[in-house]
Amino acid sequence: MSAILPAGTPAPEFALHVTPDQTLSLSELRGRPVILAFYPADWSPVCGDQMGLYNELLSEFQKFNAELLGISVDGVWCHEAFAKDRHYHFPLLADFEPKGAVAKLYGAYRDADGISERALFVIDKNGTIAWSYKSPVAVNPGADGILKALEDLPK
Amino acid sequence: MSTLKIPIRPEDHVQGDEHATTTLVEYGDYQCPHCGRAYPIVKKVQKHFGKRLRFIFRNFPLNEIHPDAEAAAETAEFAGSHGKYWEMHDLLFENQARFGLPLFEELAQRLGLDPAELRQALETGQYRAHVRSDFMSGARSGVNGTPTFFINGERLDGSWDYQDLVDSIEGAMAA
Repeated sequence: MSAILPAGTPAPEFALHVTPDQTLSLSELRGRPVILAFYPADWSPVCGDQMGLYNELLSEFQKFNAELLGISVDGVWCHEAFAKDRHYHFPLLADFEPKGAVAKLYGAYRDADGISERALFVIDKNGTIAWSYKSPVAVNPGADGILKALEDLPK
Repeated sequence: MSTLKIPIRPEDHVQGDEHATTTLVEYGDYQCPHCGRAYPIVKKVQKHFGKRLRFIFRNFPLNEIHPDAEAAAETAEFAGSHGKYWEMHDLLFENQARFGLPLFEELAQRLGLDPAELRQALETGQYRAHVRSDFMSGARSGVNGTPTFFINGERLDGSWDYQDLVDSIEGAMAA
């Protein structure tokens, strides 16, 4: 049973594909808060699912100058189609090869299923995890924890 | 466990007895098919509990995937300012297949309201702040999709099929 990285831990660096030909690394975003949202898989049949919810709240996250990154083990083409279908305006990262490597770094990988947990991390502008939360995989955690964590960040 | 951050407030739309000890809050999107499915279930639940239950609907439009959801929410608020909130709420869910300004004007007309006044209200965004306020109250309370239900302020994380919803409400009543 893995435990996700707690608040106070430096956020492990990573670089993942965000489009078929571009990668994004966490260190590129140093200097602003980052919301890292691990989720199990693209294409859940629920409207207003977790990523959809955060998509609606981008302007709220932007008030804190925070960047939102969604991350699952799906590949780049899957992410591209999913983001287009749902009109997402934030990057989806492909934790595809090695499978779940970044999720494992954060203690957010479900070995038995081969997918990430529903784990949220708010990383402060200095690269330290300020808040983290793991939701039961069947429960969408919503955005209240993220909004509160962003508010609680030192200015 | 996520809890409702903003309890009942004056601008809420409340159905049912004000002395009811149990409150069911739904955050919904008028264009969402799941909310459409929940609509008759809520009605059945209300009938089942009668005076014991009070129901509040708050707006949670998912604008990126439901392009007419915001206008529908504002249309309901417009109707509400003329004392016809619940009538419009019901008509919207009963006509999900035909969403768009022409439908909203038709429904306004049907309720004896002025379609030109509705059009004006939508163009000027008269009710946008109210809808946004509902939306943010939901985001702050842990709304995680549509519909999201809160029973006596606690988010329902399980099924909202009729019997499950009744059981959850009964559970809250017994607590």
